Amino acid sequence: MDVLTLLWLVPLVAMVVVLVAPRSLARIISLIATAITLVLSGVVWSSFDPSVASIQMETRLAWIPALNIQYFVGVDGISITLILLTTVISIIAVIASWNIGEETHREGTEKGYFAMLLLLVSGMLGFFLALDLILFYLFFELTLLPMYFLIGVWGGPRREYAAIKFFLYTLFGSVFMLVAILALYFQSGAAGARTFSIPELAQAGLPVHVLNWLWLGFFLGFAIKVPIFPFHTWLPDAHVEAPTPISVILAGVLLKMGTYGLVRMNVQVLSGASEGWWTFLAVLGVINIIYGSFCAMAQKDLKKLVAYSSIGHMGFVLLATAARTPEGINGAIFQMVSHGLLSGMLFLVVGVIYVRAHHRYIVYPTETELLDLYHIDRSKAGTMGFGGLANIMPVYTGVMTIAFFGSLGLPGMSGFVGEALALLGAWRVYPVFTVLAVIGIVVGAAYFLWTIQRMFLGAKNPDWAGLPDISTRELVTLVPLAALVIVLGVVPRIAIDLTKETVVGLQAVQDAVARLTSF
Amino acid sequence: MQSLSNLESLTHFVPELALASFAVVVLIADLLARGRGSQMAAALALLSLVVVGAIVAAETHDGELLFMGMVRHDAFSQFLKVLIAVCGATTVVVSWRAPEIDGKMKGEYYTLLLFAIFGMFLMVSAANLVLVYIAVEMASISSYLLAGFVTSRTRSSEAAFKYVIYGSVASGVMLFGISLLFGMAGGADIAGMSSRLVGAPNVGVVLALVLVFAGIGYKIASVPFHMWSPDVYEGSPLPVTAFLSVASKAAGFGLAIRFFYDGWASASASVADWPTFVALVSVLTMTVGNFAAIGQRNLKRLLAYSSIAHGGYLLMGVAAMGGGSSEPIAPMLFYLVVYLFMNLGAFYIVLHLSHPSRLGSETIDGYRGLVRRNPWLAVSMSVFLFSLIGLPPFAGFWGKLYLFKSVIDRSLAPGGIAGHNFTWLVVVGLLNSAVSLYYYFSVVKAMLLDAGEEEGQVRAHPAFAVLLLLLLIPTLLLGFVTTSDDPWVRDASLSAASTSLVP
Repeated sequence: MDVLTLLWLVPLVAMVVVLVAPRSLARIISLIATAITLVLSGVVWSSFDPSVASIQMETRLAWIPALNIQYFVGVDGISITLILLTTVISIIAVIASWNIGEETHREGTEKGYFAMLLLLVSGMLGFFLALDLILFYLFFELTLLPMYFLIGVWGGPRREYAAIKFFLYTLFGSVFMLVAILALYFQSGAAGARTFSIPELAQAGLPVHVLNWLWLGFFLGFAIKVPIFPFHTWLPDAHVEAPTPISVILAGVLLKMGTYGLVRMNVQVLSGASEGWWTFLAVLGVINIIYGSFCAMAQKDLKKLVAYSSIGHMGFVLLATAARTPEGINGAIFQMVSHGLLSGMLFLVVGVIYVRAHHRYIVYPTETELLDLYHIDRSKAGTMGFGGLANIMPVYTGVMTIAFFGSLGLPGMSGFVGEALALLGAWRVYPVFTVLAVIGIVVGAAYFLWTIQRMFLGAKNPDWAGLPDISTRELVTLVPLAALVIVLGVVPRIAIDLTKETVVGLQAVQDAVARLTSF
Repeated sequence: MQSLSNLESLTHFVPELALASFAVVVLIADLLARGRGSQMAAALALLSLVVVGAIVAAETHDGELLFMGMVRHDAFSQFLKVLIAVCGATTVVVSWRAPEIDGKMKGEYYTLLLFAIFGMFLMVSAANLVLVYIAVEMASISSYLLAGFVTSRTRSSEAAFKYVIYGSVASGVMLFGISLLFGMAGGADIAGMSSRLVGAPNVGVVLALVLVFAGIGYKIASVPFHMWSPDVYEGSPLPVTAFLSVASKAAGFGLAIRFFYDGWASASASVADWPTFVALVSVLTMTVGNFAAIGQRNLKRLLAYSSIAHGGYLLMGVAAMGGGSSEPIAPMLFYLVVYLFMNLGAFYIVLHLSHPSRLGSETIDGYRGLVRRNPWLAVSMSVFLFSLIGLPPFAGFWGKLYLFKSVIDRSLAPGGIAGHNFTWLVVVGLLNSAVSLYYYFSVVKAMLLDAGEEEGQVRAHPAFAVLLLLLLIPTLLLGFVTTSDDPWVRDASLSAASTSLVP
């Protein structure tokens, strides 16, 4: 069996093993399975030739011949980057889930939890590997069910609301995507020659009016997943209610399914759609950046702050994707990876403080907020808010500062490279938007620094004087991410080399470059 | 394709003859054995359905017309007959120990069931509107009695009463429509009906068509002829409800496909623009069904409304046959097969759990925390519900995919669906699926996420577990291993298509 099939099959098989094995073994089986996928993704990486722009290691099997549906998987520079990200985030999520039963007060449910987690991992990997649209859609949807249960069963107080909201929003979007997939199939050729294969569809050369509404169909599906303003409202709810490891996966990988889809389908396959759509996407990207950043600044709940900052940071990906210059697409993919690592870190550090203090308020919330929004007993209000944590938890403060500085785009860390590349790529096409987008960076720096000041510096809140510092297991999840963030920040070409040739090979990118140089 | 005389026809009519004979045998045997072998009637009924099903499945067919053009003998009717027989057989199995089936009346119950199936067999093979009427009445009258079978319960009597009133009105209206068509076309043969109506007054044709559709719409519970269904589904004994929701619907759609395809598919828009009419009915049916289901707390009612919605999805296929294309027939048949497994699965779990010794409840609230009391049943139920929503990778997704694909394909084909583009219908259908997610998930949420008030294990009968497994496996795998293009579906749909060539 080829290594790509094994990548998504190993977690799926492990899920079944977890279900039949004794409960105490669930987490170790999950760890082994995700470790195997990590190794497998390394194998894929080592045998990947970055100088070739086209699909590599492809496997094609006829599946439903009557409709020309294939089992078709393969990698190019774009998907391999995200597969590496997914396998890294997956194993970290498993380690972060080690004591999930106690942490979510649902002892005895570990089997279900890890089974769902593995199913989610399988779905995500399959999605990035799939090159047949039906397979692509199957894996896209396959991540929904486990996510629903992971939030709905193991989440916070309003978990059911958040879970169903997440599910409904995503399904609503994918409905339009399914229509677009079917329509694309029928437009792809004469009866008998139709195909769902993504590389072949990219060559189909459809008329602009058809591409335009197909573009919109796919866009709606992915926009909700990213999420792009105004489809973003499920995200803060989902993040706030999800347990820490699930937030890590949600921000680290699931959002990237949306932007990856935009690059794969809207840029690669539907590149001939009219220019207006790209400007539209760029505007939404700028709105995401500015709106998301300002929303983040207004939050008192640390996790909500991180969630809104995600919306902001994904805006850079959108803006850069919309520009479709080589730097832009490279920057978009780099920013996806960078944000995956950084948001993973951010949610992990939020989880660390939440496990200890059982709340996440940066400052004292008002009574109304406590009662109306969070259903928290008034009597507990006295123990809210942080301050001076740097003295109480020095190591934690250090790790958190790395995550924060990485996110606000400090040079030398991946966040800077991602944002810089994205803005560089966008500049040539949308100079005005690029200038506006910089506001997001400034605001981002403001809220991250402000948070550090309010939580870690200043007067100690005596209520939290006895908090233990970060544990070894928590460091095990954070240090590799921090290392990757710094390595990618210092030597960004590790990632860019992977994507460079593929990006240049994209028809849309060539068109955009031709258009720009003709000025 | 030949039209056979009455005597010649009998050799091709063996399944129906056997079914009718078995029905009488069941009745007599039960009378003779009364008080002793209490399960004899059930065993005989099961045996008869297995035998009849086997005969049907083994038949070969050339699309002969039996009884001088009244009955069509082809792969299409064979396909649906097998489907109905399978549904009937599982109904017998679950009726075996159902508390609602009164012990004293077993013989009558199974006899009525067999007669209802006999009527449905006729419905899917009728080639003449007069026989259509007789078949619908045959199936309906037996169903009325089945619905009201628990005479001791007011709800059941009320259900039967409503069923009878609505049903009689619908079939009366249909008979009026048939007589109009008969008068204008000079005959009641379905095949090629529209071609014989060219030149007939347009108002008359449209009126007749709408009137006949009232009868068909009643059988498949399409809006606005759906009112009976939630009350009847709720009030009837649960095995009957499950039977009606699948077998009756399959027979109704068999009839609809035959009527619209054979009689009307190639009709020009100047005779009647029926595809638009059916498309609108389809939108109304799925939307009303789904939105009404949202408010339901009783699972029988919820499934009843959801079953209305599924009728709406299937009607999309009927609409897409406009302009003379047989392409949507295979996806519709495939959908009916998928629907059989997932819907029966959901209904039978409700039935099994409603037993006082298990959950004793049919409400969503009663299902809270089921996963801790019986994980196997809770997870199976979730799978059936996911499939009903149409989530990949379950069979319901593939059913919808093929059905919706055929509608888009037809819409984009040169000439479209009799000049229409029904791609919007697919969008509406998919949005409806997103709506249906909400109420199906309220059940999943109750079972898997909510904490129940009671604890303690709920035991499932071993025989039931086996039956459940038989329904669960296709629900999980049908899309992966087989498609609407496989020969067993394709042959049936082609045979339906070939009949329209008869002048």
